[in-house]
Amino acid sequence: MSQAIHHDEHYDAEGSKIGMWLFIFTELLLFGGLFVIYSVYRFMNQDAFHLAAEELNTTVGSINTIILLVSSMTIAMSTSALQKGQKGTTIVLLEITLMLGLIFLVNKYFEWGVKFEHGIFPGSQHMLDTLSQGEILFFGLYFVMTGLHALHIIAGMALIGVTLAKVSKGTVHPERSALLENAGLYWHLVDLIWIFLFPLFYLIH
Amino acid sequence: MQNEKHHIVPYSTYIIILAALVLFTFLSIEVTGIELGGLTVAAALIFASLKSYLVLTYFMHLKFDKPYIRIMVGFVILVFLAVIIITFIDYFFR
Repeated sequence: MSQAIHHDEHYDAEGSKIGMWLFIFTELLLFGGLFVIYSVYRFMNQDAFHLAAEELNTTVGSINTIILLVSSMTIAMSTSALQKGQKGTTIVLLEITLMLGLIFLVNKYFEWGVKFEHGIFPGSQHMLDTLSQGEILFFGLYFVMTGLHALHIIAGMALIGVTLAKVSKGTVHPERSALLENAGLYWHLVDLIWIFLFPLFYLIH
Repeated sequence: MQNEKHHIVPYSTYIIILAALVLFTFLSIEVTGIELGGLTVAAALIFASLKSYLVLTYFMHLKFDKPYIRIMVGFVILVFLAVIIITFIDYFFR
């Protein structure tokens, strides 16, 4: 095994996990701050938020919710697969997760595209002319929060891509699985945020 | 090395959790479709909380990790709730 040299490297699975969780806490509070802004503005502009939310496509939102939930399951399974020593299954599960992340982004692209066609985008003159201040606030929050979430999807996919490469190279293996577990934690965080974004923007009319 | 600490979660657990998550998603879509006024928001948030509990406990392995991580997560959630509550106390009583 040419990998023997790696045993001298510092490896602390528990330390890695704590570090990832601390990072996740900062992410939770980042989105938490946005949720506070959302709830205060919703409280102050209830009718406008009600009206603006009618504009969003619940079907697309629901499909994306299911996609993210399934992808969360596949990456969770990939950790089990690695621990069982099933490298091939791990790789397939990670590839499925990446695919699902990509499908989520494609859906988001078309969803935003429809909004843009209707003249709804940040800084749009059409919005300033025809929508009330509360509706503009709603769409502003919609673009910022789902956009920031989409950036997290991209970051998560990059992390999963790196993990995938390292699993196939063999540098992430059952005795050194912290990277895969942390990529999983990050992906679940992205799922967790969506679990709250989805009802707040798409469901509550 | 640390194998005794590693709890391998069977695939079936994850499939059951996914089924529950999808079920809660459809239930929340159905419930919010009914006009319940202020209760709609409450119902949507209750389902979202149930779903995030499942994700945190099973997908994010909190159930199988040492308890101190769970305590830290609980603390962060409490901090967030405190911020929400204090903000709304301000808005309700100004």
